[in-house]
Amino acid sequence: MAKYILKRLLYLVITLWVIATLTFFLMKCLPGTPFDAERLALMSASQRAALLAHYGLDKPVWQQYFIYLGSLLRGDFGTSFMYVNQNVAGVVTNRLGPSVLIGAQAVVVGVSIGLALGIVAAWKHNSLIDYLTMFLAVLGVSVPNFVMAALMQYYLGYKFSLLPVAFWTNWKCSVMPTLALALSAIAMVARFMRTEMLEVLEQDYITTARAKGLNNMKVLTRHVIRNSIIPVITVVGPIIVNLLTGSLVVESIFAVPGVGSLFVDSIKANDYPVIMAVTLFYSAFYMIVVIIMDVTYQLVDPRIRLASGSGE
Amino acid sequence: MSMKYDTLSPDLFEPAIVQEDEKEKIAAPHLNAFQDAWIRLRKNKAAVISMVVIAIILLFAIFAPMLSSYNYRATDYNNIYLKPCLEHPFGTDKYGRDLWVRCWMGTRISLLIGVFAAMLDLFIGVTYGAISALVGGKVDSVMQRVIEVLVGVPSLIVIILLMMLMPAGLGTIAVAMAITGWIGMARLVRAEILKLKSSEYVQAAILLGTSQGKIITKHLIPNTVGVIVINTMFTIPSAVFTEAYLSFIGLGLQEPNASLGVLINNGYSVLQSYPHALVFPAVIIVLIMVCFSIFGDGLRDALDPKMRK
Repeated sequence: MAKYILKRLLYLVITLWVIATLTFFLMKCLPGTPFDAERLALMSASQRAALLAHYGLDKPVWQQYFIYLGSLLRGDFGTSFMYVNQNVAGVVTNRLGPSVLIGAQAVVVGVSIGLALGIVAAWKHNSLIDYLTMFLAVLGVSVPNFVMAALMQYYLGYKFSLLPVAFWTNWKCSVMPTLALALSAIAMVARFMRTEMLEVLEQDYITTARAKGLNNMKVLTRHVIRNSIIPVITVVGPIIVNLLTGSLVVESIFAVPGVGSLFVDSIKANDYPVIMAVTLFYSAFYMIVVIIMDVTYQLVDPRIRLASGSGE
Repeated sequence: MSMKYDTLSPDLFEPAIVQEDEKEKIAAPHLNAFQDAWIRLRKNKAAVISMVVIAIILLFAIFAPMLSSYNYRATDYNNIYLKPCLEHPFGTDKYGRDLWVRCWMGTRISLLIGVFAAMLDLFIGVTYGAISALVGGKVDSVMQRVIEVLVGVPSLIVIILLMMLMPAGLGTIAVAMAITGWIGMARLVRAEILKLKSSEYVQAAILLGTSQGKIITKHLIPNTVGVIVINTMFTIPSAVFTEAYLSFIGLGLQEPNASLGVLINNGYSVLQSYPHALVFPAVIIVLIMVCFSIFGDGLRDALDPKMRK
């Protein structure tokens, strides 16, 4: 187990290094500079040189690369171009709060509603509730989250004024972004739970439990749900990916001051250090979640053997 | 009991007439795997409906811009933001461009990007997976380590970074998506080929002295086509979604080009006053995604009844 975790962490470090390298060189190839071209033209040559030197942009690219990697190891992500004189780590951590709140709420809402829908759908297999749930599940993964967010903003926020249209002043502002993000999670969990539960319902031990005379409720809570809920852990990875990517547009639409909207803003402003930091942050976060999920999965279900490669 | 039969004399029996040509006759019609899958697919109502809807969307995407008297780029400042009417079924936008033509033109471009991205994934993924599985040994293990490193990368972030670098266009968007998109396909194909390689009938074929080339063309390729087709069916809608997503954050195709993402983005900016500009492209994209996903599921059930859930 420890060996497995170590191996996964090693891959994590390698992947992060690859991403850091890629983003660094991609950023170097990008057209445009973070500085205003007109103002740059007004500067004297020495002023320009001083400006470039201040941000370390005067050195050859390979030197910049190693300086960058070195400072990454020290936890220093450089200075933001967009937010003058603020270090990137600070800019990102300032934005973390709202994103964490919305993300956590979306996971909780998505998983709990998704589980409930999935259980009901499988228990009442081939009933109207089942069909409705499946329809919702298909719709949930098919409606792009920005379309969902836009429609919610228009109807719930603008037409019926139920919730604040945007901005970040009180908790109510987090409701719509949360719902917009939770929808795909609900759909994924509901669909997965239903499939798992239908499979468990066909097992012999369920027949045995019924034959022993257990009532429906006990069969459901003690045997069916317990056995079908564990594999749901495997959809948490995809859910996190959806939340991360969804948060970019959803936060922008609802003007939430989170990491997602920071990323979109920094893309528009060519703020390389922030882009690189957020990219690394997202990748690390995603990979750590996947590792934690894989390990938990094995801990709770001893039938699963953690093997590195597949098919060997 | 046996006593009774002793009394039966042999002359009560006569051999049945054997018709030599009937002996080996197969009563059921001969079906290959795809005819078989087609029969199963036809029984799945939802999948058939999805297939029809996809076909209709395709027809509109191809013919609607051709048959309309409007050009998708032609502006008409006398008729801006018209509500849907007979002349303009989907209304017009801020430059008075006909949204009916723009929507179907956008659908055409979005689907083209989707298909192109799926083809790239297919080509790279199948080649990579097949080489990895067929060569095996050190090559396989190196190729798998590469995949394990790449799998950790959140693909949309990479796509966004690439789109900042490249000028947005049909080809570049598809290429950006393919950079990480092929990994899923490569893993599937490799797993499938490894499974087939150790299956009994392939072992038997090897034992009977069938050449490697023949095993690949006769056994491995036909049996992996199913997984490849199914995976492609899921790649197309996700590529359509990614394109729309990129356009929405301003990194996709740019005006006056039309794609579903561009149209949704434009529609969103005037949502409060003219919701119709968002609704039509949004409905088309949702229809595309829903239908491809149901059709893909149906196809999976039909092509591989073992995977049925």
